[in-house]
Parts: sequence; structure tokens; C-alpha cells
Amino acid sequence: MNAWKNFKGEKWKNNIDVKDFILNNYKEYTEDESFLEESTDKTKKIWNICEKLKQEELKKGVLDIDVDHVSGINNFNPGYIDKDNEVIFGLQTDAPMKRMINPYGGIRMVKSSLEAYGYTWNKEVEKHFTTYRKTHNEGVFDAYTTDIKLARHAGLLTGLPDAYGRGRIIGDYRRIALYGIDYLINQKEQDKLDNEKEVIDEYNIRLREEISMQIKALKEMKAMAESYGFDISKPATNAKEAVQWLYFGYLAAIKENNGAAMSLGRTSTFLDIYIERDLQEGIITEKEAQELIDQFIIKLRIAEHLRTPEYNELFAGDPTWVTESIGGMTEDGRSLVTKNSYRYLHTLTNLGPAPEPNMTVLWSPNLPENFKKYCAKMSIETDAIQYENDELMRPIHGCDYAIACCVSAMTIGKQMQFFGARCNLAKALLYSINGGVDEQKEELIVKGFKPITDEVLDYDKVIKQYDKMLDQVAKTYTDAMNIIHYMHDKYAYEAGQMALHDTDPEKLMAFGIAGLSVAVDSLSAIKYAKVYPIRNEKGIAVDFKIEGDFPKYGNDDDRVDQIAVNLVKKFITKLRKHPLYKKAIHTLSILTITSNVVYGKKTGSTPDGRKSKTPFAPGANPMHKRDTFGALASLNSVAKIPYTNTCEDGISNTFSITPKALGHNKDEQIKNLVSLLDGYFKQKAHHLNVNVLNRELLEDAKEHPEKYPTLTIRVSGYAVLFNRLSKEQQDEVIARTFHEHM
Amino acid sequence: MNTCKGKFNSIETMGLVDGPGIRIVFFMQGCPICCIFCHNPETWDKNNYTFELTKEEVLAKIKRYQNYFGDEGGVTFSGGEPLLQKDFLKEVLKLCKENNINTCIDTCGYATDYEEILKYTDIILMDIKAYTKKEYQNITGNSNIDLSIKFLDTCLKLNKRVWIRQVIIPGINDNKEYILGLKEFLKPYTNIEKIELLPYHNLAISKYQKLNIPYSLKNTPNMDIEKCKELEKLLQ
Repeated sequence: MNAWKNFKGEKWKNNIDVKDFILNNYKEYTEDESFLEESTDKTKKIWNICEKLKQEELKKGVLDIDVDHVSGINNFNPGYIDKDNEVIFGLQTDAPMKRMINPYGGIRMVKSSLEAYGYTWNKEVEKHFTTYRKTHNEGVFDAYTTDIKLARHAGLLTGLPDAYGRGRIIGDYRRIALYGIDYLINQKEQDKLDNEKEVIDEYNIRLREEISMQIKALKEMKAMAESYGFDISKPATNAKEAVQWLYFGYLAAIKENNGAAMSLGRTSTFLDIYIERDLQEGIITEKEAQELIDQFIIKLRIAEHLRTPEYNELFAGDPTWVTESIGGMTEDGRSLVTKNSYRYLHTLTNLGPAPEPNMTVLWSPNLPENFKKYCAKMSIETDAIQYENDELMRPIHGCDYAIACCVSAMTIGKQMQFFGARCNLAKALLYSINGGVDEQKEELIVKGFKPITDEVLDYDKVIKQYDKMLDQVAKTYTDAMNIIHYMHDKYAYEAGQMALHDTDPEKLMAFGIAGLSVAVDSLSAIKYAKVYPIRNEKGIAVDFKIEGDFPKYGNDDDRVDQIAVNLVKKFITKLRKHPLYKKAIHTLSILTITSNVVYGKKTGSTPDGRKSKTPFAPGANPMHKRDTFGALASLNSVAKIPYTNTCEDGISNTFSITPKALGHNKDEQIKNLVSLLDGYFKQKAHHLNVNVLNRELLEDAKEHPEKYPTLTIRVSGYAVLFNRLSKEQQDEVIARTFHEHM
Repeated sequence: MNTCKGKFNSIETMGLVDGPGIRIVFFMQGCPICCIFCHNPETWDKNNYTFELTKEEVLAKIKRYQNYFGDEGGVTFSGGEPLLQKDFLKEVLKLCKENNINTCIDTCGYATDYEEILKYTDIILMDIKAYTKKEYQNITGNSNIDLSIKFLDTCLKLNKRVWIRQVIIPGINDNKEYILGLKEFLKPYTNIEKIELLPYHNLAISKYQKLNIPYSLKNTPNMDIEKCKELEKLLQ
């Protein structure tokens, strides 16, 4: 077959096995970045148009909304930015950055988004979803239990994907380039046939229906590509086609779904194989190779979804989490770094810094030194990269995994995730003190508990009560997740993305924790200092008086760090007692995204001295200004939170340092940042967002946003344009611990 | 001897500008001189320490950060003046070397009896204050430069790696003549690897107020960073 000319290996030719294809054909690159080229004129023209549109959009909120169609793989006419200068084609709707309506997740979300931006929905289309068809959101609320509704109402569980698309599913978009759609359809048909041997119970009935929907979706992808003039039924024959075919797969996903995180996977090294072949044969030049990547990245940068302002409060800055995982090692000790890993990161230079795609480097101390230095340099220059520990994830997922959203690892095409937002463990602690009564709403949320009435809180008593409380929370949380994902599959199934998975892949159900550092420091205060609850007339502890000092999480002090370790282990153990929908496996993350501000707002004063309504620390970060021994002590504390077997959905940490503190000059800064990342990940830590910037710069950007149109910073698990944060969130970011040097 | 404890003011686990690479910095308590630009006046009084640690405790802390050290990083004992606690310093440095940890001291050299300490020290950061007797007196509150020069001579004799640091203060030494004079003065010391000019800043002023110590540079502006970089070029 011509498309596979010069490609080595056999296994991948007989079965869908992209990993085997990559391992047999990729060419590791260990040299430096000097080969990289600038953008072509075509790219510059395209990007120029998009930048202008972005600026206009920032002023208006949204550029435009298509109110006459609904989401779907092939529901829109082809759209272009500037057809003559585009190299990679395809838009979500018929015009760049025109957002589409996706009512399958829930109708309220659509209505309030349209209202917020002054649009009205086409009455005829609206009727379909109000009269004839049920949505995911409706289904969920039909089944929700009383306890779930209460927990949701009080903010004990927040951000659940019960009114919007769950996302976090990564289709193996590479399969389209390597095999072509027809082969994928044949495989699915075969799988459906093979399934006939099974007992056709509820599980298999659902699976059979899903496979049929997947086949339909694959056919729609083919038709959608055809509308742009491409035939993707057969494998890609060159680099340009490979990028285009792969992008059509991703495009189908973001036309069909508006999931919170719509991640790309791990595509750079896969595509490098095609680019290398073309370079070898003299079909393209390096400049053209960079053009393909630049133009592909531009398309990813303008992917957008329609969301409500409330949603933006939780996940600020209109993120889409087009996460691309770069680098990492193979299981036999080679690095997966190729020239294309550089080309992807180089778009941050060619096109300027931007939050999307969410560039994620899978770090290993064994990565080529040149690549490590290049990443560090790009971090210092753009603040747009996050790092995750390949040494922790590879043993679990093998070497062909990718990150969805911020920190969620899954084997590409072989695992999918049921996203589960997070549970507020700080609030749960207050509930154990207040007998299940919410400290802000003053309503009974969790039944069956007596308040603790002691003058000084007794650690053993609180821990005992907290333990029981978490039992109850774990049940409510798993019940909610089972209902949500059952209904999501039923009413908003991601047929296109699931078509690019093995049939019946492994499912991970990702639970989450918010308020870890608050809960942990509170327990430490109760244990090592004297904590007096201050109760209101109803007997609810609304504040706390602390006498004496106590060890605080973030100082590499085992007395308190061990409390954190025990707490996360305890919580996942409790969750595991409850069986999950579709036999999913329980995982746990410590990640808040920017919702740490909202969580804080919804939580009363806590025994650690944090005042009511003030923000939590993001993710697994220690609370601001409680680390007194400098940054590495803080990193070491976070590194103690166990990933393997406990928090396998990720442990997010965000780290900001001033350039001056990082080193006297750029060379020193690069070297120090590399050592820092090596060290942190050798401590078995999972994730680090790196910002190298001055607090004054952020303060100035807050006052004069027009001076900083592309200022990008890393927040918990993703990057964001600073200008797109609310004032409240900007303040929170500015207040966050900066590691400085006197 | 083994029960001897070091007196410390604080620890910075991520020192990136106090010697090569990533270093854990122990700020030791007590200083024999009181420089007018000092930004850690809280470390002067040797009795006013925050905590004490045995050498084993110090080593245990250092080991928690070994993964970050890379090829060059390690531990830096700063202060205050680390040579003021010479018995403890000698013991702890020896223990570090036994454990293959790169060691650095940040000193002004205003001390005696340190030859054995230097044996266990890989790099010396020497804050030179000034190179003339008079200027040295002005900056250090009337201390004698001879001790510091003797320290430099000893480092040369023992062929120790030395990084010189010079704080640049507007109106005092931020001029070409001074820098060229410094260059000339340091020329014979072939063991010096690097001379860093540190721009003076007044961020410590509130600390002085809190400690009720008069701040003699209160009318001196911060040193311009770019100008400081320009001056540094004269040293190349």
C-alpha cells in the first residue's frame, strides 16, 4: 500500500495499533532547536486575521453564535478563515469562532448562554429539544437522590457535569491518518459481530447500540471531510494529509461535543513520522513542515464552545483544554522526543504565547538534555507549558498515553474517562464539626450527625466524626457520578470520539478533591494548637480562634504532610467501596482549575485560620504564604501526596517564580529550571505549572489590559490569557505565593 | 563536640543565586560587622537565633533536597557570618563532604582560624564590601579590612574556588573608577572564578524599623539594575 511506503513493523498493519506503528517508525531527536524555522507568509496572514477576531471577541464576549443549527459532526457548511492562505482546513461552524449550540447536555445552559450574549434561539430548533427530545440534564435530575441535590445545593459537590458536556475523552485521532475511515468502520462492524457470541444483557445491548452510533459517526466524519474536498476513507499518504486527516478527527469531536475539556492526545511524534518521510523524499522543506504545524495549531487555538458566565466563574478564561502531550519516554528507555515535539512548542514563538493548545510536557530526567533546556527556555519566555511526571504515568499506562484536561492520564484509544469534578473536603470537615449543617446556608445537608459542642476541638473526636462524614460523602458522590454518566451516555453520547477508541475500552471514573490544603492545615491546627470554635446563636461554628502554632502543609514537615497523605488515601478507599457504572475504575484528582475561588466563596471560616469566603489554594498547592522555608520545601510537601494507587487522576501544583530569583541570567535560569523539574519529579511528584514572571507585571496588566493582549499565565492545570480572568481571579493569582529573592 | 548545635535564623530551600545551581541556604545567626547595606539585620545578634540544629539534623534537611541539586547545586551556609560559629561550621561541612554534598560558604572573611573549614568547603562566596581600608571602614561600621584580605590570601594559598560579590550602592561605589580599581585589586587572585555586582536595594528598611536600628542609607535610592549590568561589563 502506497500510504504505508517505507513504514516498518507488522503488528500495526494487521490490527489497530498506533503505538506499535510509532515505536517502529519514529526517529528520536536529541539535538537542539537550531533547525526550527519561522512562520511562512501564509501562516502570518491567517494568524493576523485570527488575532483581530480574538480581540474583537474579547470585547463582545462571543464573536457570533449559529442559532439555527445544533452541534453535530456534519451539521454545518464548510467554513474558512482565508481559503487561499489556509493549509489545513476545517472549522467548527461555517465561520471562524462562530460558536455552535449543543443542547444535548442541557437546555438551560444553552438558553442562559444565549441570553447572556443577547441572542435568541431559532424557535423551531428549540422546539425539538423542549418538546420531542430529552437532554442529559433532564435525565440526571429525574434520577438524582435527595442527598445529591442537597450536596449540590450547598456546594459540597460542585462543578458536576450534570448540565454540560463531560468532556475529558480523547479520541485517537491518529487512527484516521494511519488507517483511513473505511478500515475503522470495518473493524467496528467486526467488533459488533464478535459481540454476538456474548450474553446479550443490558451491558451488551448498550454496547451494541453504541457501536452502531460510532459507525454512523465515522460515516459522518467522512462526509464532513468531503464537504471540504477531502476523501479520508483511505489512509493519509503524506504529511499534509496526515495532519489534515488527524485534524478532521479532532474537528468532528468538537463539532459533536462541547465537553469541558476536549483534549487532543499525543500527536506530535506520530506526525513526525510522516514529516520525516516527506523530508527524506524531498517532498517538503522544514519551512513547509513548520507551516503545517503552525496552521494546525492555529485551528486548535480558535476552537471554542458556548458557555455561560457562571461557567466561566468556575473555569475562567474560556478554556477548551486542547491538551497535547509532548515528549516522554518509551518503555525500553528511548525518549519520544522528535523534531515535531520542538515544532509544536515553537508555535509559541512563531504565533506568540497562547493558552491553547494546552502544551503538556511529559517529563523524565532521561529526556534529552537539549530538549529539557528548550522546554525550560520556552517556559521562561511564555509561561505556557505544564509538566507532568512520565516516570509515574508510564508504568501505569504504557508509553502511549495522553493527558486529558489538566492532569488526567489515559492510554490513548484504550481508556476513557468519566469526569467527576470535585468534592469540597474542607466543607466536609466543617460539617463534621457542625453535625452536617451548612455553615453558610444554615441548613441541614448531611443527616445523621450530632454537632461537636466542645469548647476546644479534640483531634481524635473530630477525626472520628470526619471519617464517618466522608463515608456519607463518598456514597453521595459515587451515586451522583453513576447517575450522571449513565444519563450522559444515554442522551449525549460522544459517538465520534468513542469511534476512535477500541470497542469497550477501560473506563476510569475520576473523582476529585478541592480544599485539600485547607482541610489538612485545619486538622493540623486542631491536633497541634488549641482551636476554639466560635458558634453563632444557632450553635453553628462560624469562626475559630487558634491558640498556639501548628505545622502547616507546604514546609516539608511530616507532622502535617502525613495528614494530607492519610486523608487522600482514606477518601479513595471510601469511594472504592461503591461499585461504578459500566464497571469503571475509581480514580482521584487534586485539581481545582480556577474553581478554588468559588469553592472558597462557598465555604465558611475554617479551623486553620482561613476566613469565610476567602479563596482556597488551587489544586494541591499549599495555602498562600504559609510556606516559610522556600519553594522546594513547598514542592516536597506536594510531592508526598501519593499518585500511584491513590491519586491516579492527577495532583496539580502551580508554581510562580520571579525571573530574578530563578537566576542571574537566562542561561542560569534555564539550567536552574531544568534542575528544579528534575528534582521535583524525582521526588515522585506528579504535575507542575510553571510561571516565570514578576508580580508587578501582573499588577500592571490588571490596570492596563490593553498593554498585554497575549499575556498568558498558568493557573491550575491550564494556561489562560490573563485578561480573560475576572478581577477577583486576577487578585487571587496576584496574591498567590511568588517565590522571590531578597 | 558532637552535641554542638548551630544557631540559625532561617532556611531557604530554593537558593538559586547563592552559589552554583540549586542550593539549600542556611542563614546562620550572628555577624561580627554591621554593614550599612545589610538586608538581614535580624541575623546580627548572635543570641537572637530562631532555632538550633545539630549537624545531623542539618544533613537530614539537606538530603531532602539532594534530588534538585543537579551537577552543581548543594548547600550554602550564609548568614549573618557563618565563620562566627566556626566549630559547628567545621563539623557540619565535614559531614556534608563525607556525604558527597557540594558545599559553599557565603562570608565576608572577617574571621580567624578557618583553614580547616576551608578544607571542607568547595566554593567560597566572598562579599568583599570594599577594597580600600577607608571604604571598608565606612561600609562595615569601622571594621578593619586586614582580616578580610588575609582571608582572600588564604583562599589563594589553598587554591579554593572563590566567587566575589560586591554590592553596588548609588553615590558610594557606582562608578567606573571604583570598579576598575576593584578589578585591579583582585587581579593577583587567580583562584577567583567570578565577580558579581549586586545592585543595592532598600527592601530591608522595614526590618530596621522593626528592630529599632537606625538605617543610614535611608536617603539612598535603589541601584539601577541596568547601570549595574553596565558596570559589570567593565570586569570582563
